[in-house]
Amino acid sequence: MKYKETAVITEQKEIAADIYSMWLQTENIAGEAVPGQFLSLYSRDRSRMLPRPISICQIDREQSRVRLVYRRAGEGTREFSRYGQGDRLEAVGPLGNGFPLDRGYGKVLLVGGGIGIPPMVELAGRLPGEKLIVCGYRNSELFLKEELEENGTLYLATEDGSAGTRGNVLDAVRENQLTAEAVFACGPTPMLRALKAYAAEQGMDCWLSLEERMACGVGACLACVCRSTDVDAHTHVKNKRICKDGPVFAAKEIEI
Amino acid sequence: MECRTSVNLAGVELKNPVMTASGTFGSGSEYSEFYDLSLLGAVVTKGVANVPWPGNPTPRIAETASGMLNAIGLQNPGIDVFIQRDIPFLRRFDTKIIVNVCGKTIADYCEVVEKLSDQPVDLLEINVSCPNVKEGGIAFGQRPEALETVTREVKKHAKQPVIMKLSPNVTDIGEMARAAEAGGADVLSLINTLTGMKIDIHRRAFAIANQTGGLSGPAIKPVAVRMVYQAAQAVSLPIIGMGGICNGEDAIEFLLAGASAVSVGTANFANPYAARDTAEGIRDYMARYQIEDIRALTGAVGSAC
Repeated sequence: MKYKETAVITEQKEIAADIYSMWLQTENIAGEAVPGQFLSLYSRDRSRMLPRPISICQIDREQSRVRLVYRRAGEGTREFSRYGQGDRLEAVGPLGNGFPLDRGYGKVLLVGGGIGIPPMVELAGRLPGEKLIVCGYRNSELFLKEELEENGTLYLATEDGSAGTRGNVLDAVRENQLTAEAVFACGPTPMLRALKAYAAEQGMDCWLSLEERMACGVGACLACVCRSTDVDAHTHVKNKRICKDGPVFAAKEIEI
Repeated sequence: MECRTSVNLAGVELKNPVMTASGTFGSGSEYSEFYDLSLLGAVVTKGVANVPWPGNPTPRIAETASGMLNAIGLQNPGIDVFIQRDIPFLRRFDTKIIVNVCGKTIADYCEVVEKLSDQPVDLLEINVSCPNVKEGGIAFGQRPEALETVTREVKKHAKQPVIMKLSPNVTDIGEMARAAEAGGADVLSLINTLTGMKIDIHRRAFAIANQTGGLSGPAIKPVAVRMVYQAAQAVSLPIIGMGGICNGEDAIEFLLAGASAVSVGTANFANPYAARDTAEGIRDYMARYQIEDIRALTGAVGSAC
C-alpha cells in the first residue's frame, strides 16, 4: 500500500558538507516501509512540480518515523534542507520494492558509495547473518559511520585517503579480500557496474539499487527505465521501471 | 443544489468532464492504489501501437519552471497485450475507457483501431501530435492535408467515436481543427506538449537524451487556453481541453474557453489525487456560482455570470 501524507519533520541537521539527515513523523509510511524503498518528497514551491525520490536510511516502526539522509544538490533539496523541527512536507511512500531480506545468506557484503550509503543503514539492521560493510566517501566526513558499525564490520574507502583505503569501494574490497555469498549495493553507476563484474567473477549473488530521474515515482510515466536482460512484464520490451520494478534489481536481470 | 456534471462526447455520456491525459496515467492501475477510478469521467490510456515500442534512451525527463519536458518515446506493450491485460483491468471501474492510439504509418493506426473495434472501449483518441518519435506521430499532426487524410482513414476502420489529439506546434490551430473536422473527427483534444529543450550548463549537455522534449504543466496553460478558444471558434466539434490543469479552477477556465471536457496530465505527478480533486473542484465552483448544468459553462467566456 502506498500513502500520501503530510509528514512532520521531527529533527533535521547537516551531518557532513551538503549531506542532511531528516527524521519524518509519518502516519502509515514508516509502518510499511522496508530497507531499499524510497519516498517521494514534494516541494512546497509549486513551480517545482516533480517529487524528489529519496531513499530511506532508517525506519523506526514503534514511533512511526523514517530517516532520510540526502545530498543538497539542487533547488528542491536546498528547499528541504531549510526546514526544521515541526515543519511539514508532503510525502508519498513507501515506494519501490526494497532489498530481499529472506534469501538465507550467512555472510553478506553491503556496499555504499557516497549518497548511496544511507540505505545500507536499515539494510544492515534488518539482514540476518554476518555483515561486511564497505563505504566509499570523498573525504574524512564519514557520515553514518556509527550507525553502520552497530550492525556489521565496517571497511572504509576515501578518495583523499584520509580514512581506510585510498580510492574507491572496489579498492577496499580487494585490499581486504572481502568475499561473501551475496553483495548488496547502492551508489554511482560506475561503482555498480564494477561490483556486478566482481560478483560474477567471485560467484556471488548481487543486488543493486539503481537511480534515474523520475516523474511520477509510481510506475505510470515510464521515465525512469533501465535496460533489462529479459523482456519486462509491463511493456515486454526489456525496459524495467526503476521506481516500480526496482529500485533494487538482481544484477543479472539488468544491463548497466 | 444538485449539480449536473455529466457531459456527452459524440454520444458517450461521461459522469463528469474530468479525464486523465494520455501518458501520465498508464492504464490506471498505478493510480488505482490511491483512489477509486470510478470517480473520473474517463481514463485515457497511454498511447498504444500495433507492436511493442521500447521508447527513447534515458534521461527521458527534466523538470522546468512550473512544468517538465518529457521524451518517453511512447514506450508501450502493443495492442495485443493491451487488449488482454489493460482493458479487463479498466472494465472493473465505472468510468469510460478512452484508448490513445499511436502509430508510424496510417496502416499502423488503422490496424490498432481495427483490433479495438470489437473491444469494450468507449472512445478512441488518435495521437498525431507526439513530438518525441521520429517517424509518424507529429508528421500527421502538423500539416492540415495529412491530418485530414489520417482522420478519414482511421474513421473508416473505427467502430467507436474518434478523438483527434492536436499538436500546439503549428502556425494556425484553427486550420488544423477544421482539417480534423473535414476528415470526419467526432471530437478534438488539445493541446499535446510544446516542443522544448533544456541544456545543463555545467555539463554542457542536453538535459534529456532525445535533446528535445515535450513541455507540459502549468507553464503551458495560457497557451492551451488560447488554443482551445481558437479551436472552439473554428469548429463545432466538442473539445477536450488540456495543458497544465491542476485543479477545478484551471478546468473551469478551459470549459469557459470552449471545452466540453478536460484532461489532467502532469499534475498527476505533483499530486496522485489531482484528477479526482479536479472533479471535486469543478463541483465546488458550480455550487459557488449556482450552476445547475455544467454544459452551460462551455464557451461561456464573455457571458454574464
